[in-house]
Amino acid sequence: MSNTRTYLTGLFLAISSSLFASSAEAEVHETLIHEEEKEAAFNPAEVIMHHIADSHGWHLFDWNDHPVSIPLPVILYTEKGLVVFSSSKFHHDAEGHHVVEAGGQRFVNIHEKIYYASDVANEHGAFAEMDHETHEVSNASPWDISITKNVAALLFSAFVILMLFLPAARSYKKNPGVAPTGVAGFVEPLVVFVRDDIAKNNIGPHYKRFVPMLLTMFFFIWINNLLGLVPFFPGGANVTGNIAVTMVLAVVTFVVTNVNGNKHYWGHIFWMPGLPVAVKPLLAIVEFIGIFTKPFSLMIRLFANITAGHIIVLSLVSLVFIFETVWVSPASVLLTLFISVLELLVAALQAYIFTLLTALYIGAAMHEEHH
Amino acid sequence: MGIVTPGFGLIFWTTLTFFILLFLLAKFAWKPILKAVQDREEAINSALKAAEAAKAEMASLQSNNEQLLKEAREEREAMLKEARAMRDKTIADAKGAASEEAAKVLEAARAQIHNEKMAAMTEVKNQVAQLAIDMSERILRAELKDAEAQKAMVDRAMQDVKMN
Repeated sequence: MSNTRTYLTGLFLAISSSLFASSAEAEVHETLIHEEEKEAAFNPAEVIMHHIADSHGWHLFDWNDHPVSIPLPVILYTEKGLVVFSSSKFHHDAEGHHVVEAGGQRFVNIHEKIYYASDVANEHGAFAEMDHETHEVSNASPWDISITKNVAALLFSAFVILMLFLPAARSYKKNPGVAPTGVAGFVEPLVVFVRDDIAKNNIGPHYKRFVPMLLTMFFFIWINNLLGLVPFFPGGANVTGNIAVTMVLAVVTFVVTNVNGNKHYWGHIFWMPGLPVAVKPLLAIVEFIGIFTKPFSLMIRLFANITAGHIIVLSLVSLVFIFETVWVSPASVLLTLFISVLELLVAALQAYIFTLLTALYIGAAMHEEHH
Repeated sequence: MGIVTPGFGLIFWTTLTFFILLFLLAKFAWKPILKAVQDREEAINSALKAAEAAKAEMASLQSNNEQLLKEAREEREAMLKEARAMRDKTIADAKGAASEEAAKVLEAARAQIHNEKMAAMTEVKNQVAQLAIDMSERILRAELKDAEAQKAMVDRAMQDVKMN
């Protein structure tokens, strides 16, 4: 109760003072804005979308209006073979202004996508051909397997996972037959939870060979979700909120489910028993689409949940810049704290849901007929 | 559109990372952890089962003991009873024998007493008869010490014979 009151008072205070401040400084401010470049105005949507998306180079902060970021390797598979160079060669340019020459070829970075550069710049100063209506780049692009921010975060989280579970496994080998100690004590209930509540309950008698996959999936998603909530390097990357990552996981589910599908499963898809023959082909189409929509929903669910979390947190943090006053910060911090705690729950919940549904789909595909 | 278009590079790296992670974890983490957990579960289960069996055995032993105890008690009871009966019988036998003996002794004593008494009586009779004879002899001697007395005597006897 008192929490709610404090929070409401803070919000009211923040809003009223910001209104007051802005009205008092309105005149000065307007002239300033006119004088300054339009780019200097804070655009939260742009910042947030930039964070949500992947990038070459890991942006840390701006120092004196100059971005400071960790350069990451750009790896391109071009027409002339592999080309590798540092992302710092683009000099933080993502508009196609700066051409990088490497391996006898010229590249530009347009919105974090690498293209073969055009010989001359267009009217915006970008070395690329752009469609005037759709604003899409028509230049060809090489296969890009760069270590981007998300890839780096992914590798880091893989490292964290290994550092969490390999010592745990070692402690079991070292002291067999005793109660788990240290990190093993933390890990064991989770492992047992995945084995019993997710795998055994949903897959049935042949659950054992899926347990390693489900465990890996669960901890991969969970640890990546958690690291995404850490606001500074090496966390904060939107790995599980990237559709490519969730797509790979969903494809794994898709392949494992259908490879293990038995006669009964395929029978229910293509020739549903107990229905009039006229309805069967119709249902076969629906069921066939269902094979794809199930993992597709997994992909979208994880992507949307995690991305939404990042957007909310960043929006709340941006309040102070949107209102251009420090007085909004109590509300901003409190709301961010609230959402962050919620996201902590979501991080575990989404890992659980993804793994649970995967187990459920596998279980359904391996379900034996009981007639 | 940017955020819903999966990038090739990230797909590539995610696939690679995920499968390497799956391989490493499955081999070096999940296998030993799951095995240890399962072993421990089995150990706990078998320990519980053993405890249960021990408990059952204990209970059966206890009931066995009770049975034994009961049997022993019964046996003791029987033995006591037997002993008591034997004692009673012995006492009774002894009593019977003793009374018989006593009766026999009594009878013998009585017979002897009777015999002694009879002998004594005979003796006394004999002595009394002797005494009577002696007395009568002495009296006769005294009375018949002179001829006159003898004559009187014969007279009296004659008188008696005549009366008859």
